[in-house]
Amino acid sequence: MVILAKDLSKTYRIPRRKPGIINGLKSIVHREYDEILALDKVSFQIDEGELVGYIGPNEAGKSTTIKILSGILTPSSGECKVLGKIPYKDRINYVKDIGVVFGQRTQLWWDLPVIDSFELLKDIYKIPPKDYLKNKEELIEWLGLTNILNIPVRQLSLGQKMCCELAASLLHSPKVLFLDEPTIGLDAVSKLAVREFIKKINKERGVTIIITTHDMDDIETLCNRVIVIGRGQILSDGPLISLRNAVSKDRRLIIEIEEGDNGFNIEGTRLVNRDKNRLTIDFDPDIISPANLISILSTSYKIKDILIENPPIEEIIAKLYGRLNI
Amino acid sequence: MRAYLSIIKIRFNLLLQYRVAAIAGIITQFFFGMIFVMVLHGFYSSTSKPMPINFHSAATYIWIGQAMLGMMPWNGDKEIQSLIRTGDVTYELIRPIDLYDYWFARAFALRTAPTFLRAIPLFTMALLLPKDYGMILPPNIFAFLAWIVTTFGALLISCTITNIINITTLYSISGEGIIRLLSAIVNLFSGLVVPLPLFPDKIRQILYLLPFNGLLNIPARFFTGDIPFNKLINYFGFQLIWAFILYVLGKWILKKKIKNIIVQGG
Repeated sequence: MVILAKDLSKTYRIPRRKPGIINGLKSIVHREYDEILALDKVSFQIDEGELVGYIGPNEAGKSTTIKILSGILTPSSGECKVLGKIPYKDRINYVKDIGVVFGQRTQLWWDLPVIDSFELLKDIYKIPPKDYLKNKEELIEWLGLTNILNIPVRQLSLGQKMCCELAASLLHSPKVLFLDEPTIGLDAVSKLAVREFIKKINKERGVTIIITTHDMDDIETLCNRVIVIGRGQILSDGPLISLRNAVSKDRRLIIEIEEGDNGFNIEGTRLVNRDKNRLTIDFDPDIISPANLISILSTSYKIKDILIENPPIEEIIAKLYGRLNI
Repeated sequence: MRAYLSIIKIRFNLLLQYRVAAIAGIITQFFFGMIFVMVLHGFYSSTSKPMPINFHSAATYIWIGQAMLGMMPWNGDKEIQSLIRTGDVTYELIRPIDLYDYWFARAFALRTAPTFLRAIPLFTMALLLPKDYGMILPPNIFAFLAWIVTTFGALLISCTITNIINITTLYSISGEGIIRLLSAIVNLFSGLVVPLPLFPDKIRQILYLLPFNGLLNIPARFFTGDIPFNKLINYFGFQLIWAFILYVLGKWILKKKIKNIIVQGG
């Protein structure tokens, strides 16, 4: 087991500001605080080489968890251990074994070429020159950075920058990698490149990875295991497939038909959408098997094309949030 | 150590790029210097009483102050302030390196690189000015050496104060308030506006005990030979003691703050 979180809680104390000048003046003398429970007894374990998705709506506590695990924040109560160490104690000794990427922040020196930031990180992490060279070459090749290394960071596109951020966080060969929204704001092509790379790092180097994201395609392509958090509590933890099953067993059938509207009313099905001759139907395979459903449909429609798929993960998550009233 | 040298190097390199800022600084400091020196000239020529230091020493003192202004801790590190404001400071906290020393290395570059760019042209200009307004050369090589040594001492005090400003930004987010306050204190108490020997007796005695005394007054007066070379150990010692006190103080505040840090934004 590489990562252990046990009953982690974090309370923030935030000054309460009431609107208006009078209240503003009052707050100079007397401050009132609101206590906000960002994490409420969060527990999980992650094994070596796992690639875990950590998802939840805004304010759910994702970033707070990542910040505690990476040693930046101290939890109000509970304990956590990463690689056998307590992150927030002996922070300096701990962080050399982990890599962190915050998608909304930058660790590269804005006005300097990317390579300068890499060289500085080499010295900060005391990476032996040989390891550094080999590692750097590999990361540059995998991420296709050759042509952008000498460009000042401020002139890079968001996608290029993210690739450089990923490389920067891996130069010291960490065993654990925390990715906080690494695909935020990226275009489709960059997203694919980033995902490909994350997969590769996980597979070929055996790096244990936790990734938070709002992009469900990230989860779908990368993670076998998903932890869902909402209002500071863990709502579900397990393989993507059991999350699907727990929330809704429905599968989705999309058929293209010839003209005609015969309406339909088959037990265990629900018409989600009708776009001219294209019907989207959700069905529960426990009540009606796909074969059965198709044969019934084919008696009333002339079917031109047929497609069965899983409902998109966004809808599953939305349903889960909805059910738990988040 | 290597890491800190790298940080100083990278930052130094970066700061050398800001040439327009350097030129603007040179012009501003030149005019400020001229004004201060002319005011002093007026005072000196309207009194017949003996003054604590002679006019040429006072003018040289002013010019050293203006030339070395970049080394004075009258502002924080803008980059660190913006890191704190945006929350990018999180990345500083995941580095396997002491945050205080890391920021100290940055402060070191901040206090040296721009000073380097500005001091040489300003000294040249001040030396070429007519004798009544310009600066004079040190009386001997020892005075010059003592100036180099105590300037290094001043640099250490300046970096520790700069770091305290950086750290207090963690408390107040913008750091704007403390910087205004400090800027006024440093300007006055270091002798940038009026050389410390010209202050009234009682105030002067207190000012001589404060760390700001080590920023400009001590180096400048060694330069002019006003303080003799054989007192170097005492004064350099004074600077080191203050630098150490401020170092410990800064480390302590930072350690206290990091325990209950809150990161801004998402």
